[in-house]
Amino acid sequence: MSQSKGRFGIHGGQYIPETLMNAVIELEEAYEHYKNDPDFNRELTELLNNYAGRPSLLYYADKMTRDLGGAKIYLKREDLNHTGSHKINNVLGQALLAKKMGKTRLIAETGAGQHGVATATAAALLGMECVVFMGEEDTKRQALNVYRMKLLGSDVIPVKSGTATLKDAVSEAMREWTTRISDTHYCLGSVMGPHPFPTIVRDFQAVISRESRAQILEAEGRLPDAVIACVGGGSNAIGSFYHYIPDEGVRLIGCEAAGRGIDTFETAATVNTGRIGIFHGMKSYFCQDEYGQIAPVYSISAGLDYPGVGPEHAHLHDIGRAEYVPVTDDEAVDAFEYLSRTEGIIPAIESAHAVAYAKKLAPAMDKDKIIIITISGRGDKDCAAIARYRGEDIYE
Amino acid sequence: MSNIRNAFASGKAFIPFITCGDPDIETTEKVIRAAAENGADLIEIGIPFSDPTAEGPVIQGANIRALAGGVTTDKVFEMVARLRRDVTIPMVFMTYANVVFSYDAERFMARCCETGIGGIILPDLPFEEKEEFSAVAKQYGIDLISLIAPTSAQRIAMIAKEAEGFIYVVSSLGVTGMRSEISTNIEDIVKVIRENTDVPCAVGFGISRPDQAKAMAAASDGAIVGSAVIRILEQYGRDAAPHVGEYVREMKAAVMSAE
Repeated sequence: MSQSKGRFGIHGGQYIPETLMNAVIELEEAYEHYKNDPDFNRELTELLNNYAGRPSLLYYADKMTRDLGGAKIYLKREDLNHTGSHKINNVLGQALLAKKMGKTRLIAETGAGQHGVATATAAALLGMECVVFMGEEDTKRQALNVYRMKLLGSDVIPVKSGTATLKDAVSEAMREWTTRISDTHYCLGSVMGPHPFPTIVRDFQAVISRESRAQILEAEGRLPDAVIACVGGGSNAIGSFYHYIPDEGVRLIGCEAAGRGIDTFETAATVNTGRIGIFHGMKSYFCQDEYGQIAPVYSISAGLDYPGVGPEHAHLHDIGRAEYVPVTDDEAVDAFEYLSRTEGIIPAIESAHAVAYAKKLAPAMDKDKIIIITISGRGDKDCAAIARYRGEDIYE
Repeated sequence: MSNIRNAFASGKAFIPFITCGDPDIETTEKVIRAAAENGADLIEIGIPFSDPTAEGPVIQGANIRALAGGVTTDKVFEMVARLRRDVTIPMVFMTYANVVFSYDAERFMARCCETGIGGIILPDLPFEEKEEFSAVAKQYGIDLISLIAPTSAQRIAMIAKEAEGFIYVVSSLGVTGMRSEISTNIEDIVKVIRENTDVPCAVGFGISRPDQAKAMAAASDGAIVGSAVIRILEQYGRDAAPHVGEYVREMKAAVMSAE
């Protein structure tokens, strides 16, 4: 009798080739062992605090709050982490775990390049070999990050298959893992893929809400009314939500990339436009056609340009615990510029999707209400692309 | 039980794989007939998927060409129904879990049963997840083919005990594609399979030459070839049928010569 593992309601599971089954079983066993190991946790905390710069600030955005005239707005500043995004939280955890497992080589997929840079960084620090798979389209959109990864000692393989974006980078990393398992750990960057990845990545990203919960209680003496984060695969969002899930009074809002709009084909808003399916190791919501062919999705944000969503988000949607709202390219770019001007903080274009929704939500809320927006990354990497979007022809 | 066992009834089996609709359905139909006439014992028909994560570049290319040519799951079933008027050898589908799931697994199995498909190979459906599809497959008499890989180790017995139709032994690590050398010790894997089931097993991944097919068939009950067939289609396109036929004849002779 077979037994499916890693379910979030009906979602999740392990839909992968038999060749990889013992690798994910080995990973699960190692994780179950080390997650409660005091030495492992001490080492990880040391890296997070003294290398990545945690805890990250919970910053009260006073000007933005006054400007919008509604709820008080706090920003959880994951952009201040070393390497410039939340990705480092997960990568340090997985790289340390891989090292304990005796692996000497990390492989990873990347969209915007943030996860690739974080993985390359951890590999450099821990003395591991590193190969990053990146859609060829994205290597052009994010050329600076390609250079950063190479500078850090990693190989970057441009993926030409399919739409040459994030989904194809994931497929190629999975193919590579089936080829070379014994010395290689697949450092998956989001709360997706086969069990145990959605759980491992969530646990390593949950540091975001563990900190923000304590920080907001310290600052305001109460929990927030809403937590807002952008969702591609959904790792910063699940990390931002996790410790509030039992608190029914806290609205959890994930902002999906609507691209040119959810009524167009140029969108990556999976929960809003997708159907349940099975892909990349998991059952979840996917953008797909009537025959289950995965749709070529689109967003201005390379990091949200993915046709699926993590299985725990799919479950939180099904049970109504979290809301998933679409945010268009235009709205995100406006928010990118707005936060830069208003608070002097340039957010990643991914994070700008969350800022855009908060701009709509905050004015409709009373002044004694509180919103936390996760700024998942910094926007330096996006400046050239946004300039081009606005018609200014600058290249990095 | 399906008719798959017939494929292994008269000695070692040769099993070609063809991506349906590459470059169009008419060509696939001709190629399958040519393979059947030239000694193929079982045909593995690929229903294309947009993101075939277990395939190497050659079969990825076939999937892209087939989808670009407009093939759909319904059109594949219609083709099988046409072939079944005169082609009697066993046929199985090879596709990805989402293709079956999105069609609705029960509706999919019912059409397999109607059109005479004996089994389904889903490379992204491991033992732990098979229950979701195997219950409804059983109801319609469709075998859900199990795969065993070089990394399966302690899992081989568990998988073999519940296997149906035939067992697909993956010869090598990695994805599908031609290899100059196959280093996995197939005999050791087959030995454990034999201790646990009498379901036949065929070896695939990496086989392209007659000597490789002969060696793999000697160690098991048959050889499966995909990428090398697709290469012929790449080369000859709509005129590929006689060339595939010739290749199948040569490969069948090779597996028959295996002890």
